[in-house]
Amino acid sequence: MAISVDEAVPAGPVPDDQPRVRRGGSARSVVEVVLLTALAVAMLFPVLWILETSIKENRDVYAVPAKFFRFDVTLDHFKDVFVGRGGGRSDLSTSFLNSVVVAGVSTLLATLLGVPAAWAFSRFAVRAKKDLLFFILSTRFMPPVVVVIPIFLMYREVGLIDSKLGLILIYAAFNVPFTIWMMKGFVDEVPSEYEDAAMLDGYTRLQAFWRVTLPLLVPGIAATAVFALIFSWNEFVFAIFLTSSQDVRTAPPAIAGLIGGTTVDWGLVAASAAVFALPVLVFAYLVRKHLVAGVTLGAVRR
Amino acid sequence: MTTTTDHPVQEASSTPPAPGRTRRRSDRRLAAAFISPAMLLLLAMSVFPLLWALYLSFTDYSATRDAPAHFVGLRNYVDILTSDQVHQRALTTLLYVVGAVTLQTVLGFSIAYLISRRTHGRGLLTTLFLVPMMLSPVVVGLFWRFMLDAQFGVVNSMLGSLGIGQVEWLTGQRTALLSLIVVDTWQWTPFIMLIALAGLTAVPNYLYEAASIDRASEWFRFRNITLPLVWPLLLIAVMFRAIEAFRLFDLVYILTSGGPGVSTETLSFHVYKVAFLGFNTGTASAYGILMVLVVIVLAQFYLRYLNKLKEG
Repeated sequence: MAISVDEAVPAGPVPDDQPRVRRGGSARSVVEVVLLTALAVAMLFPVLWILETSIKENRDVYAVPAKFFRFDVTLDHFKDVFVGRGGGRSDLSTSFLNSVVVAGVSTLLATLLGVPAAWAFSRFAVRAKKDLLFFILSTRFMPPVVVVIPIFLMYREVGLIDSKLGLILIYAAFNVPFTIWMMKGFVDEVPSEYEDAAMLDGYTRLQAFWRVTLPLLVPGIAATAVFALIFSWNEFVFAIFLTSSQDVRTAPPAIAGLIGGTTVDWGLVAASAAVFALPVLVFAYLVRKHLVAGVTLGAVRR
Repeated sequence: MTTTTDHPVQEASSTPPAPGRTRRRSDRRLAAAFISPAMLLLLAMSVFPLLWALYLSFTDYSATRDAPAHFVGLRNYVDILTSDQVHQRALTTLLYVVGAVTLQTVLGFSIAYLISRRTHGRGLLTTLFLVPMMLSPVVVGLFWRFMLDAQFGVVNSMLGSLGIGQVEWLTGQRTALLSLIVVDTWQWTPFIMLIALAGLTAVPNYLYEAASIDRASEWFRFRNITLPLVWPLLLIAVMFRAIEAFRLFDLVYILTSGGPGVSTETLSFHVYKVAFLGFNTGTASAYGILMVLVVIVLAQFYLRYLNKLKEG
């Protein structure tokens, strides 16, 4: 079973809590709470700071010493993210839209290819299965900067450079190994006897998969897809080297482009960072139960 | 759900479907039909490019010149392995990987330990701590570039109000690498924390109960129960992080662009410069192949050590 944050946490070494408190460990407990709070504040401060910056008037953004409270609030930066200088759509909003398309379609593709493959790997005796699975995983461990060189040349040959399709294909290829590994874990948990029973009832193997196993896999598929979505959404290296034009470019390189000039509009950077991060945080919240399995490609299981 | 699943499982397993010849053949066909599309995509997008890079690594090809590639044997590899520049980049990368991974392991484990000892609000705490890990490296890099700005950055502002002088975080030779380590630690401590928390919560309670009957001290319990059980899991997390840190590119690109000078130029960033600024495609490919080899070889050794640890 994939480790779930919410469920697993209360099962921790709690019972030894009581005796400790009784032995007068409350002073230590206070120290622990203070430490934890300090760490939490340190971890969350940058996020709060960027949120605060995104609603500050420009003169407060650059104020020295920094203003933590009592600054003038404005939503202009958020307006600038979506509305261009002369009205109409801004370049940033186009790139956000591109991100939605690229991340969405590549995730769909990775799921469509990965889930059936995971099922087949889980159910059938495939020749050299272990080697094959390890090979699939190993494609994820290549440094992106290294892969991007031949991909760049290849795309230039076939005309996929600076196209959304090119990005979609490479992201799908990066997400397929992950989907296969994570989904194999989920499929393994559905007893194959269910399918056997269905086939005794006259279903074919394919029908048994479609009617019996697949419905049981839906939560797992959803979690896996969200991880793939987050990866594609956040990806930067391929996005910056394989695209160049404004109407293809996804949001990460577009946001990075905001710091190119001599002066940086940090208010705008903060607002676009906040807008860009929001979907990820929502998605991350949705898959929090599958986080450990997800971030480690299912390598850490219990 | 279909009615078929309501059938008692026993009935099915006691009379397994006769593995007739036709069924087995159709199974194999189905497996092939389900696996091959995914494999084709991987072959086209991972294996083929990698083989191409391998071929290019033996040539003097440049992506900007129209000249055909000349076979130069192992010259690219020899050049890289004997280059002082590369040795320096390797040292920078090593410093960065060791520094960042050590820092985030210590911090991540500490946070996980503290969280595991709380009774209330652990789900919420865990979720809050996870936020940095979910953000895009671009966003994280920008956050910190803004906060570490020498003139109006909030970090220097706070140092100033504490009476400590200004620090040139991203423009000083030494502090730039330190900043990189700090930012990477900020983003990835949650990863270690998550894995450590999974390990800590998996420690069976009866071990603690037995220890408390023996009136074992807190430290004894930590040293002899908690740590040994979490250790293997923690080592896996460390490996994941080390591989990721070794190939780090985006954060360097956003935060320092390898500067000042070359003080934060990691191997990944150097490959990028060779490939996309110098357009020495052949050399860059050889470079990349070497990096992949290093990851594979080191990971193999590490995994072997891990297995030994598990058996021992």
